Amino acid sequence: MKTLPKEKRYETLSFLPPLTDQQIAKQIDYMISQGSIPAIEFEENPLPGDHHWTLWKLPLFDARNAQDVLNEVRECRQEYSNCYIRIAGFDNIRQCQTFSFIVYKPNANRF
Amino acid sequence: MVQTKPKFEAGVKDYRLTYYTPDYTPKDTDLLACFRMSPQPGVPPEEAGAAVAAESSTGTWTTVWTDNLTDLDRYKGRCYEVEAVPGEDNQYFCFVAYPLDLFEEGSVTNVLTSLVGNVFGFKALRALRLEDIRFPVALIKTFPGPPHGITVERDKLNKYGRPLLGCTIKPKLGLSAKNYGRAVYECLRGGLDFTKDDENINSQPFMRWRDRFLFVQEAIVKSQAETNEIKGHYLNVTAGTCEEMMKRAEFAKEIGTPIIMHDFLTGGFTANTTLSKWCRDNGLLLHIHRAMHAVIDRQRNHGIHFRVLAKCLRLSGGDHLHSGTVVGKLEGERGITMGFVDLMREDYVEEDRSRGIFFTQDYASMGGVMPVASGGIHVWHMPALVEIFGDDSCLQFGGGTLGHPWGNAPGATANRVALEACVQARNEGRSLAREGNDVIREACRWSPELAAACELWKEITFEFEAMDTI
Repeated sequence: MKTLPKEKRYETLSFLPPLTDQQIAKQIDYMISQGSIPAIEFEENPLPGDHHWTLWKLPLFDARNAQDVLNEVRECRQEYSNCYIRIAGFDNIRQCQTFSFIVYKPNANRF
Repeated sequence: MVQTKPKFEAGVKDYRLTYYTPDYTPKDTDLLACFRMSPQPGVPPEEAGAAVAAESSTGTWTTVWTDNLTDLDRYKGRCYEVEAVPGEDNQYFCFVAYPLDLFEEGSVTNVLTSLVGNVFGFKALRALRLEDIRFPVALIKTFPGPPHGITVERDKLNKYGRPLLGCTIKPKLGLSAKNYGRAVYECLRGGLDFTKDDENINSQPFMRWRDRFLFVQEAIVKSQAETNEIKGHYLNVTAGTCEEMMKRAEFAKEIGTPIIMHDFLTGGFTANTTLSKWCRDNGLLLHIHRAMHAVIDRQRNHGIHFRVLAKCLRLSGGDHLHSGTVVGKLEGERGITMGFVDLMREDYVEEDRSRGIFFTQDYASMGGVMPVASGGIHVWHMPALVEIFGDDSCLQFGGGTLGHPWGNAPGATANRVALEACVQARNEGRSLAREGNDVIREACRWSPELAAACELWKEITFEFEAMDTI
């Protein structure tokens, strides 16, 4: 028997082991295939009630594939290495956000 | 030219002379209803259908002189189609069109009082079941619908791209408020989005409502701070009077809780609509329980089908509604369940008899109700639930969380890990129907909480292939 340790989480997919680039790419591909527009958000000390993290540039309207999005994530991470980064998806037909998942936690060994 | 005045002839007239109109083409503004009739022996189906139309609208058993002071053609319900139910002896589907003016704007109570009032005790019928209602857009637009709807709920909760996870706190009766709050905290910190009051928890001697609300809210705030995720608990505000219900709702708002709960059938549609409007005005989500539904919807030949109750709830207002879990049921039932799940959450649903949908329904942009699958499910059911319900659903594991050998928090983590593993696998293009158990087993390798749950509960097999044949 084990006691569950206290741990901060960052919503969808945050209960999985850190995703590899390849795994993140698959999630992005799925998002794009569902008609969502990808976007990147970052925040230094996010609180549960922070609905809006700061937007990295504009939503990636022209992104054709996962690599386009991953490149931007990389750039964002270089500039804001102390920030959490998540990928969001917007559906302009349903007029709402449809996706959000964490891709970078500072001090975690990823990318 | 002299207009012919109506004449009054006293006496009993066959209903079908006035109320059976097979040539009638329903108008877009008509409210349409489909009933399953079982007439008494010797009653012709057309007469029975006409009687249903009459008794649920303007008709009385005998002619009255005041009929001549109105224009019955403008107000009468019309039976415009009768068809034998395939494979049943002496059962008929009877389709009735009701003019819009028969109904008060924004009142589910009024619609049901007409449609399922006296007519259900009518002597010429052995049994009667209301199968479906088509609400015209003109009437739909007089209802506010769910206080928030699925997309706004997701925005408020900051949760996207996956089903929500919940759990009903057990034992359902007898815990003190403080011990109850602890159970809530442990579930939420482990990774659930919501916990739930059981429907029979109102304000009993062992746990008064105000004490429960305060201890639960403390659990929400604490788990939220520790996990960095938004949490909630459906605080049941169902009470003996509307005043008491509203008092509890006001207090829930005052302490800053995000979601409250109501039992719409035992509480009644009028109370529900009042509460729902208040929830929209005050920014609280509304979870709806359905105690008593089986009394009304379980018999095949008598009562009201749940799809009608679900549609009525969407109009009356609620952000969540229990829909059943589907898993373990026959394929036909699965199709029927997913039919009314669509009626709860989609904006436009096409007629589809194989799924029990008798009419195309346009909700004209009314918000959707999130279906809640609850009861008797555990981690091995997760792939099937994700596959069947998709993202816009709330999956509730009561025993499946609290029954974990290590307790609530690890039990919650096991469910959350299983859920996220399934979502990830689905998005990667893997088939949950075929590989679901593999996905769960793979996640067991790195999640000891899930591994412990998987040892306790047994693997199940899904038979998805048959789904396509419905």
